Amino acid sequence: MNKIRLFLGSDFIYRFRQDRAAQGSFTLFVLFVLFAFAAPLISPFDPYDRLQIDLMDSELPPLWQGENADARFLLGTDAQGRDMLSTILYGTRISLIIGFCAVGLQIFLGVSIGLISGYVGGRIDSFFMRLADIQLSLSTLMIAIIASAVFKASFGSEIYGDMAILVLVLVIGIAEWPQYARTVRASVLAERSKEYVDAARVIGLPRWRIMFRHVLPNTLSPILVISTVQIANAIISEAALSFLGLGMPVNKPSLGSLISSGFEFIFSGSWWITVIPSLVLVVLILSINLLGDWLRDVLNPRLYKD
Amino acid sequence: MEYIQFAVRRLLQATVVMFVISLIGFSIQDNLGDPLRELVGQSVSEEVRNELRQEMGLNDPFFVQYRRFVVNAVQFDLGNSYFFKKPALQVIGDKFQATMELVIGATLIIVLISVPVGVYCAIRPRSLITRVVMTLSIVGISVPVFLTAIFLIYIFSVELGWMPSFGRGETVQVGGWSTGFLTADGLAHLVLPSISLASIMLPLFIRLIRAEMMEVLETDYIRYAWAKGLSTNRVWFLHALKNTLLPVITVGGVQFGTMIAYTILTETVFQWPGMGFIFLEAVNRVDTPLIIAYIIVVGLIFVVTNTVVDVVYSLVNPTVRLVGQRQ
Amino acid sequence: MALLEIKNLEVQFPLGRKTLQAIHGLSFDLDKGERLGIVGESGAGKSVAAFSILKLIARPGRISGGEVIFDGQDLALLSQEEMRHIRGNRISMIFQDPMMTLNPVLTVGTQMTECLKAHRDISDSDAKRIAIDKLAEVKIPSPQERFGNYPHQLSGGMRQRVVIAIALLTDPAVIIADEPTTALDVTIQAEIMGLMLDLCRDHGVALMLITHDLAVVSQVTQKICVLYAGRLAEQGPTRTLIAAPKHPYTRGLVKALPQQNVPGTRLYQIPGSMPTLDDVPPGCAFNPRCSFADDRCRREVPEPRQIGTHLVACHHAETVAAA
Repeated sequence: MNKIRLFLGSDFIYRFRQDRAAQGSFTLFVLFVLFAFAAPLISPFDPYDRLQIDLMDSELPPLWQGENADARFLLGTDAQGRDMLSTILYGTRISLIIGFCAVGLQIFLGVSIGLISGYVGGRIDSFFMRLADIQLSLSTLMIAIIASAVFKASFGSEIYGDMAILVLVLVIGIAEWPQYARTVRASVLAERSKEYVDAARVIGLPRWRIMFRHVLPNTLSPILVISTVQIANAIISEAALSFLGLGMPVNKPSLGSLISSGFEFIFSGSWWITVIPSLVLVVLILSINLLGDWLRDVLNPRLYKD
Repeated sequence: MEYIQFAVRRLLQATVVMFVISLIGFSIQDNLGDPLRELVGQSVSEEVRNELRQEMGLNDPFFVQYRRFVVNAVQFDLGNSYFFKKPALQVIGDKFQATMELVIGATLIIVLISVPVGVYCAIRPRSLITRVVMTLSIVGISVPVFLTAIFLIYIFSVELGWMPSFGRGETVQVGGWSTGFLTADGLAHLVLPSISLASIMLPLFIRLIRAEMMEVLETDYIRYAWAKGLSTNRVWFLHALKNTLLPVITVGGVQFGTMIAYTILTETVFQWPGMGFIFLEAVNRVDTPLIIAYIIVVGLIFVVTNTVVDVVYSLVNPTVRLVGQRQ
Repeated sequence: MALLEIKNLEVQFPLGRKTLQAIHGLSFDLDKGERLGIVGESGAGKSVAAFSILKLIARPGRISGGEVIFDGQDLALLSQEEMRHIRGNRISMIFQDPMMTLNPVLTVGTQMTECLKAHRDISDSDAKRIAIDKLAEVKIPSPQERFGNYPHQLSGGMRQRVVIAIALLTDPAVIIADEPTTALDVTIQAEIMGLMLDLCRDHGVALMLITHDLAVVSQVTQKICVLYAGRLAEQGPTRTLIAAPKHPYTRGLVKALPQQNVPGTRLYQIPGSMPTLDDVPPGCAFNPRCSFADDRCRREVPEPRQIGTHLVACHHAETVAAA
């Protein structure tokens, strides 16, 4: 209770209350998460259920486009006759799941490697840091594209479609650990030289305890700042991979694969199949990025700089 | 002496990276698809297959096969593309020119816009223009490259009909290089793809340059430069800008590689006949030699740019400690 | 008339919801060729005062009142361009940390000649000749070679010599030196200070020496100005100020000087520490640390009064002087 009151009275909350853009983007982001995860409850159709899809309903425009619009489909339908609204809700859910899980994996890998590198030092440290150097000098998107391409080529589209979520989480998750690792390592090194760590060691606290009790809390704000940006990046990467046909299959679309499948119809006038999911994607990413920007300003952590 | 040591270190590192990439390339070759099937089809008896297998060395131990792979690779032989029936490296090489022109176009846009805009936003942090630029830049970062590409096509090709929506247009041969830079049609085809490729990096670079420059403007040596009574232009554009651009060079090198990745997206949307476009086709056709050739060429591009950037950085920055890492 | 006159200077830093006042009604002056010491703890407003003379206070600080008159001109009335010709030309500055002062990516030579060329119509070769002469004058060995070096190739002491050489390039009337030796190795501090003093004397340059170290200014300057929490505490000729301080704070500083101490006893220390700008106590800012303080000190800010040759901001100056 006390901690909650302390948090509410903090400078952090004060600045949040002062900042309209921060409130707006936070609200948007929360709404996205709520609607996306409530998709099975609130969406009018189940886009994964073939029985609910009628090809006769394909390419119907959104309601406000008059004439051919059908009252059942608020945002129109796509080329297969799926309700756009439902498909977008489910697609957003997939995009968010992949984003969260991939970033979770990044944090797990990055924080563990960073802690180990910083504490153990020596050869292990230089091995991981060279690896991080090399990985950062290659493009993460490039690695993700090549890795998923090889996966897809070796397993074939069918099997790949079934395990796409897992592959995407792994590929995006593994590709981006170095930033976390470097930040955590830097703060381990900074903390390690401080007196209280010596003091803790002198009174016989084990190493891991010092790491978890003293060092990790200090890395929370940089991790938070990096993570918001990384979630946005992960969602963009996922969308890019899906757009290239290396991500979510058309029958289980994420926002990226929805945009991709609608692309060809842009020339024939069925703009909504691409434009509406695109808008959703951009607004989602924008709200996360604005939030991240604000967090960076407020928390102002010392991020690892090359 | 220092330089030699530095260069050797850098080269060693580059070799290690290329070694890893070649291992990856080789293991893909080993596991992906069956070269025999591509060669003779499926109607051949098991006996003949085994004979062929033996003849082609497919039964040799891993290291023997890997050495053969590397020896061939060093001689620019990565096998023939199953689909094109031509040496895979030759197929990639032809497309390399198209991709490079796209990258050059985007790089020009990024450099020409980001430096002046970033500097302006740093020296006039409170102006209306700066606030507009900063807001637009965060929107820019939030729009994926392929969306920018799609919307550019929709607006300028479909709706307005001003710009071509796909392909490279007319090219001319200059030496061994076919370029679109020298024809009006080729240039027109370059505009939209270059803009969309630049669209993701541009806001990043504007923000980076602004942040670096603002940091530099707060330093003691800039205050000292003012205290010496130097002209505004000299302080901003010599003292501050030089210190601003040095770290940007390093980031630029890394981002150059990222840009190659984004060419895959841009080329797909614009059906630009470059390496990325052909790579995706190769993936869908399981054209293993072509996939490997692409990976190796891209790996080489990364390693070369990173090495070049490091060496250039150490040459232009007098304070860089050569042996060991950057400060 | 004094060469440089500061009258009732006020400097503010608006920070979000509140505005901090870094300097309150500060006045002092500097004659031609005179050496003045500005003494105070960090945060007392010494550096802010120095930078406001050149109108180079860091954002968001601004001069909110008072006058700075140099050579008969009110600097507030000068245009940017006119001000530029005062900076580095008539008034030079030496910064605290020579490691941070010189631009790391430009050669020593570039950073010297650019200063000359900003203020004189001069050819490259003449500028180079003058610069190398100055390097020799500050006793830098092989100046020809150093001219082409980058700052990181020089030691801290060498860099500060370069900075002193730059300050002297344009034959200025005033040099403002902000803690010029604090960042240096103890072994070369005296050397650099001696060099600076000799050069100022030889060239008839007025020196404004800003430092937290009363011992240093007491050996170098003719006049001292003691600042506390953004206000003048005491000002007077060096000799009498050290011998007979009239402000309790000055008294404390003098008592803390090592040479005032009997060997083997503990060094004197003023109890407590200076308040930060956002919690200056009401009344005299020094009152919580002062053994003379009474109710009036906690209520009323003392205005500086002329007592003999000193200017003292203390309600009990007479008592202190007698004690």
